[in-house]
Formats: sequence, structure tokens, C-alpha cells
Amino acid sequence: MEYEAIIGLEVHAQLLTQSKMFCGCDAAYQDAPPNTHVCPVCLGLPGSLPVINKRAVEYTILTGLAFNCEIPEFTKWDRKNYHYPDLPKAYQISQYDLPLTRNGSLEFEVDGRTRRVGIRRIHLEEDTGRLYHMGGKALVDYNRSGVPLMEIVTEPDIRTPEEARLFLQKLRTILRYLGVSSGDMEAGALRVDANVSVRPKGSDRFGTQVEVKNMNSFRSVKMALEYEIQRQIKVLESGGSVVRETRGWVESENRTVSQRSKEEAHDYRYFPEPDLPPLTVSREWVEAIRTQLPEMPDQKAARFVAEYGLSEYAADLLVADRTTAEWFEEAVRLGVQSQPVVSAQTIANWMTGELFRRLGERDMTFESMPLTHSHLVELLVLVEKGDINNNVAKQVLVEVLETGQSPAAIVESRGLKQVSDADALLTVVRDVLDAHPDEVAAYLGGREQVAKWLMGQVMRATRGKANPKVVLDLLTQELEARRPE
Amino acid sequence: MDIERLTLVDIKRLLDTGESSAQEITEAYLARIEAVEPHIHAFLTVTADEAREQARQADERRAKGENAPLLGVPLALKDVISTAGVRTTCGSRMLETYVPPFDATVVQRLREAGALFLGKTNTDEFAMGSSTENSAFGATRNPWDTTRVPGGSSGGSAAAVAAAEAPAALGTDTGGSVRQPAALCGVVGLKPTYGRVSRYGLIAYASSLDQIGPLTRTVADAALLLSVIAGHDPLDSTSGQRPVPDYVAALAQADVKGKRLGVVRDWLDTPGLHPGVREAVQTALATYESLGATLVDITLPHSEYGLPVYYLIAPAEASSNLARYDGVLYGHRASQTSDIWDLFAKSRGEGFGPEVKRRIMLGTYALSAGYYDQYYKKAQKVRTLIRRDFEQAFEQVDVVVGPTSPVPAFELGERTDDPIQMYLADIFTLTVNLAGLPGISIPCGFADGLPVGLQLIGRAWDETTLLQIAHVYEQATDWHTRTPSETNA
Repeated sequence: MEYEAIIGLEVHAQLLTQSKMFCGCDAAYQDAPPNTHVCPVCLGLPGSLPVINKRAVEYTILTGLAFNCEIPEFTKWDRKNYHYPDLPKAYQISQYDLPLTRNGSLEFEVDGRTRRVGIRRIHLEEDTGRLYHMGGKALVDYNRSGVPLMEIVTEPDIRTPEEARLFLQKLRTILRYLGVSSGDMEAGALRVDANVSVRPKGSDRFGTQVEVKNMNSFRSVKMALEYEIQRQIKVLESGGSVVRETRGWVESENRTVSQRSKEEAHDYRYFPEPDLPPLTVSREWVEAIRTQLPEMPDQKAARFVAEYGLSEYAADLLVADRTTAEWFEEAVRLGVQSQPVVSAQTIANWMTGELFRRLGERDMTFESMPLTHSHLVELLVLVEKGDINNNVAKQVLVEVLETGQSPAAIVESRGLKQVSDADALLTVVRDVLDAHPDEVAAYLGGREQVAKWLMGQVMRATRGKANPKVVLDLLTQELEARRPE
Repeated sequence: MDIERLTLVDIKRLLDTGESSAQEITEAYLARIEAVEPHIHAFLTVTADEAREQARQADERRAKGENAPLLGVPLALKDVISTAGVRTTCGSRMLETYVPPFDATVVQRLREAGALFLGKTNTDEFAMGSSTENSAFGATRNPWDTTRVPGGSSGGSAAAVAAAEAPAALGTDTGGSVRQPAALCGVVGLKPTYGRVSRYGLIAYASSLDQIGPLTRTVADAALLLSVIAGHDPLDSTSGQRPVPDYVAALAQADVKGKRLGVVRDWLDTPGLHPGVREAVQTALATYESLGATLVDITLPHSEYGLPVYYLIAPAEASSNLARYDGVLYGHRASQTSDIWDLFAKSRGEGFGPEVKRRIMLGTYALSAGYYDQYYKKAQKVRTLIRRDFEQAFEQVDVVVGPTSPVPAFELGERTDDPIQMYLADIFTLTVNLAGLPGISIPCGFADGLPVGLQLIGRAWDETTLLQIAHVYEQATDWHTRTPSETNA
């Protein structure tokens, strides 16, 4: 029998606010020594009270707007009660039945087709502290306690692990565009749980749902879902039935293992948070937030194609990251002003080709690299003017990335300026031909591809600076001159 | 200096005129504490050294010509109000050694006003109780009869004021915990409108009901303390944004002529109402009439559900508020535990007393899946009806008047085995918390030689009218000037 999977995702995204969700502590805890970003509120000390971080609410509404969600006028906070050492109040302030936003959707491409996944709700809550086990002891770091956490819950609209991966990629791109979350899964800024069930293809009934947790990368989401779907199918094929439970992905063993059955499920005893009054979200406020919506990646890609004549492929590569896209446009602005003009396509080609590759090798980003917009345009102007050739330009690019020096300075100090002077090059060509009589003979004997090798020797002798076009002309001319009458 | 009758207003005058010093006054109270504490046990912690140092500084500031509303005035604080560097136990083994790193907002405001603190007063554990017998550190005794309870849960604060161990104190009132002990100890107890006083630093029992209020010898002193502690606090999102009127100045214009006082007949006809209490309250009503007020019979049809509604909502919130005491970060931690769940269970099992456990279980049950709708949610609906009853009543009357407690101080141990009997002590006060209204208890006579309190309930945010009407009665009577020693003598 053929089966299909029904997948819904719950994504937790930490918000990039300055302070925590309910207190003034610095929310940037990643590099801080343990328990240094804490106060009575995020430690849950007796008598402390929460105060809502307005920016976190605005970020959540902004995200809701980006996914075309409804933003209800009335929202409230609830307590989710459970005991764990990383939860200092023994309840998490969250939103239960009246989330900040709901009923939206996200579109993304799968094999050239557009897929739409419903966003059931996006609500705001607080993160927990972190437990560390060492030397038989459990240690708790509360720096993360109270960091704003946005929970995005999808409808069960996803059908394959690959769709799940592509959905998450698109989701992360949008969160980064909005500037609301780093979306960094490895750092725990983005956490994904999945609800998975399988059913015979064509059936309109849902199978028993299993929650899968502990997936720490997009790749592990895909692998965990692939495993879990096959596991459930095997259970059904062997005549068994899937148990409703929570399973954890164990990456090292490449499988999911049972963590908690439905019978053991928590009763969170949700009730309205009495320390926080309900929040009225005025329409004026929503509209003010709407004006902060940036151009979304799909719109931006379409504009790049229309405005700059880029291929869809190049446009998609450039818009995948907002900083990269903005960097590109800034370079294009400089390119049109330069003498001679450097075209947007040239810039796009260099960025998506050489620059992406070199940054990847160096683990650099557009934020961290020393190469500026004017560096790139300056480099490409040198190419356009014929001062350096493409190969030298690639070397210079690497040097800029390593030293931060300007391309002109590098070309100047290393003497890389292209030699187009025919007289100077003629001597080099003749020297090369004199030094390689066998190859010359081979060429003249009809093996014309030897010319390419000889060309390489000339370029080597000039340390790559020679104008290849001039060299080719001279080489052909000199070889023909040596052909016996 | 007749310390037994000294009010805050008197102390301010003594200090302002230079007739006495903060150090002299503080020493007098510390001496009094030392003398009577063995019989009363109003305090859990006496901060004599800090008080002396604060008094010295206050006198220095006065010598330099500085002044502040309460500069050099000693006070006591219920031990559920956080004090930086001074242990705050909530009357519980769980927090026996807990020292908060921060001051509650009310403490900060009192410090800024120049007040100094004699110590932390006894309370039923986590403010759960009506007799102070639920304190893990032993009951407080009623200064009028030390075989009897002072009421609770702010029994320590009420007894401290009644025994003149402090001129005034702060208590907290979740279902009557300021007003009921004030009534039983013959002092004034004010519960402000919910949101009038910041709860930041008040260790929560039931967040939607808790409110800090003063226990004083006079209405004027209550007005003075309220004016210092009231007002919006950015750290408490449930504190109101309303401006704080000048409560003290308003007393000068106090008048009850033409005022309409609502009388809930059902309350006066309650079978459990002590005849002496009924008589004292009726006499007080007659006094008001003679002063020019009009009595209007009113009904609060849903107030009979106050008790069950309160005992669903308050424990539900408490079950969540007290869940944090698990032995991990602070407070009692059990030794010899096998794992984290064992540590949670044993620490809580050892750290909490029986009444706290009872309410945690009650609240956990009320919030459980499958029971939430029929208990917690329904209780919230009835709470709305109770609030509406009062709103309708206040269309006809300026304040509602009645008994604070159905009985005068009962004997120690008399009700400890019967929680329901204990809960009934708050039958007239807890609806006021459910409705979020201000209420005050003032001395209005004696029953069986024990003080009786008259409760006045006001419109939300209108403490001014409440204080004015209470003040007029106080001016016309001398109940508030009686002291336990002259009665006992």
C-alpha cells in the first residue's frame, strides 16, 4: 500500500530584542558567563513581577503580518505550569487560547511548484534556563531564562520531509528579513518540533500523531522525519498501530526513540496570568507596525530580474539573505556611477560565483568580510578598463578578503597590472618558443592544441599579467612565422 | 510620651517640633518590643540594629534641616513583604533563611519617605489563614487577651500596633487579612483598591486578590501611610495609572451629612454573627444616622457565593505562585534525595505546613484538565457577578457598611482542626477582594470585652470617601483610644 505523511511543525524562534521578555536583562546571553544576565524577575524570585517587552510584541505582530496572519484586537497571557529546574517560577508565561496572531500562511517552491502551508498561530512566550550535567552534578544557567520566544505553529499541510526542510528554510529567510530572529538552529535560536502521522494515500482520515523533538539542524529535521515516517509505515504494515507519544531524534543512532507516552503527558493547568493585564492591540498600532514590513524575498527577487535583468537563478541566490541582497544593490549603485560603468549582471556574476565561493571557504559572511562595495566595483572597473584580466582579478579579490587592502593598491604594489604592450610581450613569446622547440614542432606538425600550452607558458612567464588576447595574437603570428616554407 | 496612644501624626509632630528624636522614639518601641514580645510574639525578626542606625541618620538629617513625610518614623512590616538584606520568611519553614536581594516597592517608597523599620511581623504561612496560627514559627497572641488569636493573616502587624510595639505596620489583604486582624485587635486596617498599591516585592499568595495595606491606630494614620505607598509602579503591570489624591488633606473636609450608607441586611442576619458584634455594628449605624448620614438597605445577592468562589480562585493562583518553592534556587532543600523529582517532592513536603498544602492541592485540582471549566472558570464568572452586585449597590450608596468579622477574637486552637470554621472568619471581607474594592475596618466597640470592627467598603479607586466616612465616625467616638492594658487592668 502507498502511504502519505501528514506533517505539522512547531517552530520556536528567539527574538532579537535588546532585553528579555519580562525584565530589563540583556537578552544577548550566548557568550556571557553563566548566571550573569539575571535579575529577580528572570530568576523567579519571590515577589518579582513580569512587565511585557513591547518590542517583542511588535516583532511577533510584524512576523504575523509577514505571514498574512490575523492580528486580533484582544490577546492575553497564560501560565503553563510544570516543574523543572530550568524553569525558575515553575510556570512559563505563554499564550494559550488567544495568541497574538493566527490564521496565516507561507508559500515556498518545491520542484518549481508553489506550495502553501497554513500558519495556525504565532504566540509569544519566555524561554527557559539551561541545564548542564557535569561530574554527576546538574548545573543551571539562567541567562537564557526569560529570553523572548515566538512559537510558530503550522497547519498539518506538509507532506514530505523535503517540504519540511524547504518550509523551514523559507521561514528562516523571512525571520531574518524581518530582523526579528537570527534563525540560527545550531545556537538554539530556532528550534523545531514536528507532529507526524501517516495514512494510506487518498484517505481523508488522519493517522495517530507522534511528536518528534531534538532536531538540531534542517538536515536532522529531514532525516528524523524520513526515519519516523518509515517507522510508522512499518508498524502499520506489520498489522500494528502507531502509539500516540513524543519521540526524540537521536542523531548519532539515526533513529527516533520514545520519550513520553500520551498517558504520561503533562497537564499544564493553563490559566490566565494574573500578573499581566490582557493586551488590547489597536488597529493604529498594527498599521504602524505594518509600515516596518521590509520588501520580502520573493518580491525582491522578482524586482532584481525586472530591474537589473538578472537570471531568476542569480536573483534567488542574492535574495536568500537580506544583507547580501542589500549589499548587491549598494554595489550596483556604485557600479553605474563608475567609469567605465560596471553592470548589475557583472556584479551579480562575481558575487554569486567567485565571492560566494571564497566566503564559503573562509567561513566569512557579508557582514564579517573586509571587502566593501567600493572594493568590488573598483576591482571590476580595473577589469573593464583592461588593466587586469579576470584571473588576476580573482587573485586580487582573495587578497582583499585576506588583507582588507584596496584592489588598486594590491595591483599597484604587486605589479599585477596587465601587460598589453605588444613589443614587450613579443620578446617573452619569442623566448618561450625558443625554449620549447619540440612543442613548436608539434604545433607545426598539426597538433594545434599545443598552442594553449604555450600560451600558458607565456602567462606564467609574465606572472599572469599579460593581456591574453594580445598574447594569443602574437603567439599565432610567431608560430606561423616559424612554419617552414 | 504615652507610647500606647502614640499615632504617626503624633510622632511626626514630636519630631517636627524637636520635642523628641527618632532615636528616642525608636528606643521606646524597641524597649516595648522587648517587654511584651514574650507574651505576644508579633515579630518574626526584630531589626534593632538597623532601626537604631536608621534613627540616628534620620536625626542627623533633621539636624541639617531636612525633612520628609515619615522621616524618623518607625514602622513594622508583615513578613511577606520583601526587604533587601533582611530575611523574609512568609511564616514558612520553606523561606526560613531566605534573604531577598531587593526591597519591595512599598518598602522603597517608605524608605524614600524617611521611615525606618523595627522588624518583620508574624503571619499565617504565605498569608493563608485567619488566626496567625498557621505560622511555622508559632502563633501571635491577641494583646487584648493572650489566650486568643489576633486574627490573620496579618495578625503580627495588628498585634504589634495594638500592643504598641509599633505605631503602625503594613499588612497584606487577600481575603480580609488586614481588616479581620485589625477588627480582632481593635486597630484600623485599610485594604486599598486592587492596583492602588504596587505588589512588586510582595510575596504572592493569590495575585489577583493580594493588596498591601496599613494597620494603624487611627484613620488619619492610615491616610498618611496610604499616601506614601500608593501610586503606579512600572514594575507592577497590575498597578493602576490613576493619580493619587491627597488623602490626609481630604480628611479636613470629612463630613457624612447627606451621605448614603448601604447596609446589607443579610449580613446582619447571618446566623453565625456574634450578638455582641451585631449590637456594636447597629450602634455604629445609629451613630452615623445621628451624624446626618442616611442608611439604605441594599442586597448583594451573589455575596453568599463569595466563600466558595474565593476558595477556588485563591488556591488556584496559590498553587501556581507557590510552585517555585522547589529547593533548587533558594529556600528549604531536602537532604538525602534520589533525583530531582524526589528533591522537589521532599523539599516541598518538608517546607510547607498543612494549610498551605491543603490550598495547593485544592488549587491544583481546580485547574486540572477536565475540571477547569466547572471550577476555576465558573468561579471567575461568579466573581464578575459579585463585582456587578457592588457596582449596582454603589449606584445608590456612597459606602457599604457592616461587620468586619462575624465574631470577636476566638481562642487559640479553637478553630485549627476545622478549616471551614476558620474560612468563615473572612465571610464578610473576601467578597471585597473578589470585587477589587477598597475596604477599611475601624474599632466600633466591644463584645465580651473584645474589640469589634466596623467594615466600610468603598467604590473602586475612591479611598478618599472611604477614609472620610471612617474618619468622621472615629472623631465622634473614642473606641480607637482604648488600649489593651487599661482594659486588662
